[in-house]
Amino acid sequence: MNGNPLLLEVRNLRVVRGGVQVLDVPSLDLHEKEVLSLIGPNGAGKSTLLLTLACLLQPTAGKIRCRGEIITSGRATFDYRRRLAVVFQEPLLFDATVYENVAAGLKIRGMTRGEVRKRVMETLELFSMAYLADRSARKLSGGEAQRTSLARAFAIRPEMIFLDEPFASLDPPTRQALTEDLERILGETGTAAVVATHDQLEALRLSDRMAVVNHGRIVQSGPPVEVMNRPADEFVASFVGMENVLSGNVVTCCEGMLTLMVMGRSIELPGIASPGEPVVFCIRPEHITITTSDPGGATSARNVFPATIRKMVTMGVYHKLHLECGFPLVACLTHQSLGTLHLEEGKQVFASFKATAVHLIRVGNVSHEHTHHRHLTNAQEDRSPCQPSKKPEK
Amino acid sequence: MGLIYEGISKAIALLAGFDPEVLSITWLSLKVSGTATLVSLLLGISSGTLLALADFPGKRLLVSVVNTGMGLPPVVVGLFVTIFLWRNGPLGFLEILYTPTAMIIAQAIIATPIVTGITVASIQNLPGNLKLQILALGATRWQMVRILIKEARLPLLAGVMAGFGGVISEVGASIMVGGNIKGYSRVLTTATVMETGRGNFDVAIALSVILLLLCFAINYLLTRIQQRERPR
Repeated sequence: MNGNPLLLEVRNLRVVRGGVQVLDVPSLDLHEKEVLSLIGPNGAGKSTLLLTLACLLQPTAGKIRCRGEIITSGRATFDYRRRLAVVFQEPLLFDATVYENVAAGLKIRGMTRGEVRKRVMETLELFSMAYLADRSARKLSGGEAQRTSLARAFAIRPEMIFLDEPFASLDPPTRQALTEDLERILGETGTAAVVATHDQLEALRLSDRMAVVNHGRIVQSGPPVEVMNRPADEFVASFVGMENVLSGNVVTCCEGMLTLMVMGRSIELPGIASPGEPVVFCIRPEHITITTSDPGGATSARNVFPATIRKMVTMGVYHKLHLECGFPLVACLTHQSLGTLHLEEGKQVFASFKATAVHLIRVGNVSHEHTHHRHLTNAQEDRSPCQPSKKPEK
Repeated sequence: MGLIYEGISKAIALLAGFDPEVLSITWLSLKVSGTATLVSLLLGISSGTLLALADFPGKRLLVSVVNTGMGLPPVVVGLFVTIFLWRNGPLGFLEILYTPTAMIIAQAIIATPIVTGITVASIQNLPGNLKLQILALGATRWQMVRILIKEARLPLLAGVMAGFGGVISEVGASIMVGGNIKGYSRVLTTATVMETGRGNFDVAIALSVILLLLCFAINYLLTRIQQRERPR
């Protein structure tokens, strides 16, 4: 995807465990210097995919090629493992000093003492933790321990690195600092990486490409901005924070603009679909503007609806407004705008959003492989067409 | 009470006087049980590691058998070793019954399941992904096993203590396969049994005190090593 030579090539990969198929990936590529993130809920199969890519888990079927060579058997697997590194959610440090831990991979490779020393010190400098060299791994804080684990992985100068929820158990500031360092070091060293995470912001920050995993399949893959703003289906939409996922019916379609009917209200959005077709669409809560008076011609937004504030939820620096405007809508507001607008529960307001802020998902679109799952969770069969679909997970 | 007091003063006298017979009995005890423990460490750590890492049908059953073996009655071991080493037994040609070698064999059989069981538990207690992490660092299977054993070294020390404690204090097997021959196969426990039988309580108490001190000294040493490495 990034124009660099192909590093890893996955074809028809399947993992079956205890008679249950836990992974089914028809195709996945990783290019040199590329950072790919796997996002998805817990139990989606991210870790399984990651471990299979690292050849730490034998696939039931399928081929993995590294620079054209098949690496899923015997000697090739061992040689391949010496070219990669893996960082788990737990630091999994050895009961020794930080220095010894960072040296572990190098000693395993039989490097001489001098070489080891030089490389370890370089790596510790890279992670700004040279002062911790002689500290026992047991006495490290959570952040320091995970930093050591990262240093141990980078010390062997891997061609690619696999990270399985590397920062999931750290507190936010530490996570922030480590994510920044990882981003910098991946850039400096040009190491290709695959990061499994359930944190979409971490994925956004680190990766060139994002693959959404659910039920052992890659549901959507593409540049993070595209996945975030143009989710392929309701699952991806809800997972990447598209809180407003609604369904309606197409009334008219002309010149690339659609008019939908949602609970007696009409919504305009760009897209192509046939009249009468049921569709699903989504809007990010950040893209909804709240005003206390009808903006009328004062806004370029094509969709303006009078709304009642049902509930206000404080999310720290911003607030979530649950609105009722014929259909339910969630909007985000900063603390400041909340104050200037004198908003409170039960108050009448106007919610507006641009036609371009609406992303259309055609229900009849069967190009995705998870139709079965979609039908199970799709709200249309058993609920009124205007209720938002709830998250299919949990 | 007088009896105990007398025994203790006799023990001190025997110890302080470096009684040659007591010294040789103590030394043989250490030698036999030490060697048996070493043999059991070799067998127990390797088979325990294998058992902990391998995956095969019947693994749980085998682990249960090993764990049962941790409480193997020494007299039963003594009986079977005697039968095997008996003049016309399967291993009678070795002619080692009533020798310290036979005692080492019997004691190693007692200690091996103890060490194996504790090894299985220690290795299985390591974090599940540690094995994968080591492989991901580029280790061969052999390197991985070595690193895992090294990581489990502290709980394994408990195995050493339990194994050694089990054999230095056992008497049934030693007396059966060693014969308690004076100056040849007599150890602290068998000598204590004999002296008690003869009514020489003072000597018996003296020997017991030496046995206790010996156990304490060895365990103190091992505990020191273990605790020094523990996180504070």
